Amino acid sequence: MSSPDTHALLDRRGFLRVAALAGGGLSLAFLIDGSPLLAADEAKPAGAENFRPNGYLTISPDGTVTILSKNPDLGQGIKTTLPLIIAEELCADWKRVVVEQAPLNPALYGWQGAGGSTSVPSNYDNMRRAGAVARTLLVSAAAAEFGVPESECRAESGEVIHDITGRRLGFGALASKAATLPVPDAKTVVLKDRKDFSLLGRRVGGVDNKAVVTGALCYGIDVSLPGILYAAFVRCPAFGGKVKAANLDALRARPGVRKVFIVEGTGRDDELAAGVAIVADSTHLALSAADEAEITWDEDKACKDSWSGFAAKAAALSGEAGKEYQKSGDAKAALASAAKIIEASYTYPFVAHATMEPQNCTAHFSEGGLEIWTTSQNPGSGQDLVAKVLGIAKDKVRVHIIRGGGGFGRRLMNDYMAEAAFIAREAGVPIKLIHSRESDMTHDFYRAGGFHHLRGGIDGKGRLSGWTQHFVTFGQGGKDSRGAGMGAELFPLVVLPDRSVGKTLLPLGVPTGYWRAPGSCATAWVLESFLHELSAAAGRDHVEFLLELLGEPRWLPPANSGALHTGRSAGVIRLAAQKSGWGTPLPAGRGRGIAFHFCHQGYFAIVAEVTVGADRKLSVDRVVAVGDVGPIMNRSGAENQVEGSIVDGLSTLWLQAITFEEGRVQETNFQDYGLLRMAKAPRIETHFIESEYPPTGLGEPALPPLTPAVCNAIFAATGERVRTLPLVKAGFKA
Amino acid sequence: MPTLLLQVNGQKHEVTDVAPDTPLLWVLRDTLKLTGTKFGCGIEQCGVCTVHVDGVATRSCNYPVSQAVGKQVVTIEGLAGKDGTLHPLQQAWIDHDVAQCGYCQPGQIMQAAALLQRNPQATEAELMRGMSGNLCRCGTYKRIRDAITSAQAQLQSKGGAS
Ligand code: FES
Ligand code: FES
Repeated sequence: MSSPDTHALLDRRGFLRVAALAGGGLSLAFLIDGSPLLAADEAKPAGAENFRPNGYLTISPDGTVTILSKNPDLGQGIKTTLPLIIAEELCADWKRVVVEQAPLNPALYGWQGAGGSTSVPSNYDNMRRAGAVARTLLVSAAAAEFGVPESECRAESGEVIHDITGRRLGFGALASKAATLPVPDAKTVVLKDRKDFSLLGRRVGGVDNKAVVTGALCYGIDVSLPGILYAAFVRCPAFGGKVKAANLDALRARPGVRKVFIVEGTGRDDELAAGVAIVADSTHLALSAADEAEITWDEDKACKDSWSGFAAKAAALSGEAGKEYQKSGDAKAALASAAKIIEASYTYPFVAHATMEPQNCTAHFSEGGLEIWTTSQNPGSGQDLVAKVLGIAKDKVRVHIIRGGGGFGRRLMNDYMAEAAFIAREAGVPIKLIHSRESDMTHDFYRAGGFHHLRGGIDGKGRLSGWTQHFVTFGQGGKDSRGAGMGAELFPLVVLPDRSVGKTLLPLGVPTGYWRAPGSCATAWVLESFLHELSAAAGRDHVEFLLELLGEPRWLPPANSGALHTGRSAGVIRLAAQKSGWGTPLPAGRGRGIAFHFCHQGYFAIVAEVTVGADRKLSVDRVVAVGDVGPIMNRSGAENQVEGSIVDGLSTLWLQAITFEEGRVQETNFQDYGLLRMAKAPRIETHFIESEYPPTGLGEPALPPLTPAVCNAIFAATGERVRTLPLVKAGFKA
Repeated sequence: MPTLLLQVNGQKHEVTDVAPDTPLLWVLRDTLKLTGTKFGCGIEQCGVCTVHVDGVATRSCNYPVSQAVGKQVVTIEGLAGKDGTLHPLQQAWIDHDVAQCGYCQPGQIMQAAALLQRNPQATEAELMRGMSGNLCRCGTYKRIRDAITSAQAQLQSKGGAS
């Protein structure tokens, strides 16, 4: 019925299209620079009765501003943040803004993902320009209406105002006219001055808050379709195993079970694993049938790994140097001239993501195409995977982005999409695949464990003098397993004048993946605990020691967005020390620890204060976090991410380990893979240094320094150095 | 299969086609399409499936639907007033911008509501104990605590939670 009736103007040099809506109003589609403009009818999804804009924002005649949020939201709050950036430049009245999740359409939106804390840095400028173009059009429209120069008009809170005459018109009244005006060039459109911001930097509640607290928000697991059936999928307990035989007929005979079949899989866990699929009338019937599946597995090529076996191998390698892959100065000579040498070995375990919403996915295959509803953090690559696994063209896979109950990197992998797609095609009806917690926990893409052997020297003046490190991690053919590496740009490695870092790769069959702040989440603990061992051995104050290592304010290599600025680093360390009362005395049994880390373009210093009782009862009393990620977009959301990172870090370092024997993960549910409970959550204080650098993301960088800060605090309280995680295995009780 | 008569959020439902030992959770979610109650562990370890059965916070993942017959079940969808007025806890959750992914929050709210209903004067320690079976993977505990405390104060000033 209604569709964009005209292209008011196509700006072929820019990357923007404005369309008038048939029922009045304005729709603005923002295209990725250089990509072809969409044809008119592509803006209208097939079968849609009401016009649904494919671009970023619509202003309807009643003044409602609808903004589409392009990236998946799994709790990081991006569905609030990105629209807020647009609304700021638009000068919208936030109360009249409705936010909707955009469907997958990379041709229009570019990469639509949630990973690497990239959503804010990679979209800030585009979103601002989208809002500014629309605002400029509205101001022009108002100026024409008022018959005054544009320079005398300004937009504020959903209206354009002519101050001299006091006249004002709402965006709704202006939208249709605005849609007919020449579109300003997005590249040169005038942006607001940060000091005039009225939305960004404030506390804004999540756009879905009401839906959350009333139970109305639709998560992946809540998707429902007419005629839907429910699926379970049983994979081999040892990774890579195939199905030899199964009690298929017995399973088919169970009440409510509609279909049972063997899935050969593609032989890769990150595509489609082998297993037995069960389709039934309800989730309960599907999951209980899965419990009764008796499967003989072909484990010839399956994983045989054992955690204790790896630990023994790593211990045997402790005297070796590994293959050197990072080097500066002359570590050997610096150690030889050192007055004191400290040696230590650190071990951290594999961990699972354990998103609160277990992996699931809904799919419907019909007429040669697939429609799929996914909580993926990377739905675009999920679309590719599904097309590959089904052997159909990518444009036959229509993807809906659905709110996820937590991601943390788990949902960067799309195994559940491939499973749901495959099962849906076999079933011939819409299916919702749900993994039980046990199935989810034993088939994750784990954060890899690791082993580090370190030697560090202190010279006669108490300064660091030489550092060697042998990192025993996982991989093959010179390539680290996914998420199992340690970059040379990490602090303190990047500032050490005389270092030699070697690596040994152990081949691994257990699938690994990206876990919140990959590459930093575990190694920061090793690096910054050992650094504290050195400063303690030198009898130095650790804050002073850190600042000395950082030296003069400057950019360090590499010369890209991964570069660390020593001045920003020192800034957060100094403020954390000040806010936490660093250096002031604490009663016996209590201790304070500090650590600093830089990753994902974010600078964080954390001070933890702990109490350790006589029976090793641990309490983390207070955590002060100071971050510099440039200007803050939404203060409430930003603090929430920091608070969450701290609790997540604490859960992990204290309680969590995934172990495996004969290629089988041993921990299956929250009873043996714990999460921190409310009573143990520390008091948290968050501070931001809002530097003028471009804003960067907060999903990850606050987490890595938490672990070393707590362990350094335990050392301060007890004199005991934690070198193996999790703490619970070292007897620290909750 | 026997017909089960359920009372959920003040409404009567006749449920056929489910075995009496089916966990209440799946009847709510798959049969009655009340999906606000979530699935997290299935073994009473996380609390995301919490509902009220005759006013008592109950883990519906391990509660046979047959036991709910003759009792009043309230889910997160039924916590607000009939006119849509939010429960003070729901409002406090919004005011404190508690949620991250939000997946655990219906269970957290139902747990807290039952606690305050039973013991409006609950001390901080009692509240912490009462909430300790509800996990939040995103780590929103600080805000949950603040939200409960402010809702409690509001309920008390209104003259009790009942
Ligand atoms: S799903 Fe019921 S307690 Fe976890
Ligand atoms: S808000 Fe995500 S699990 Fe609690």
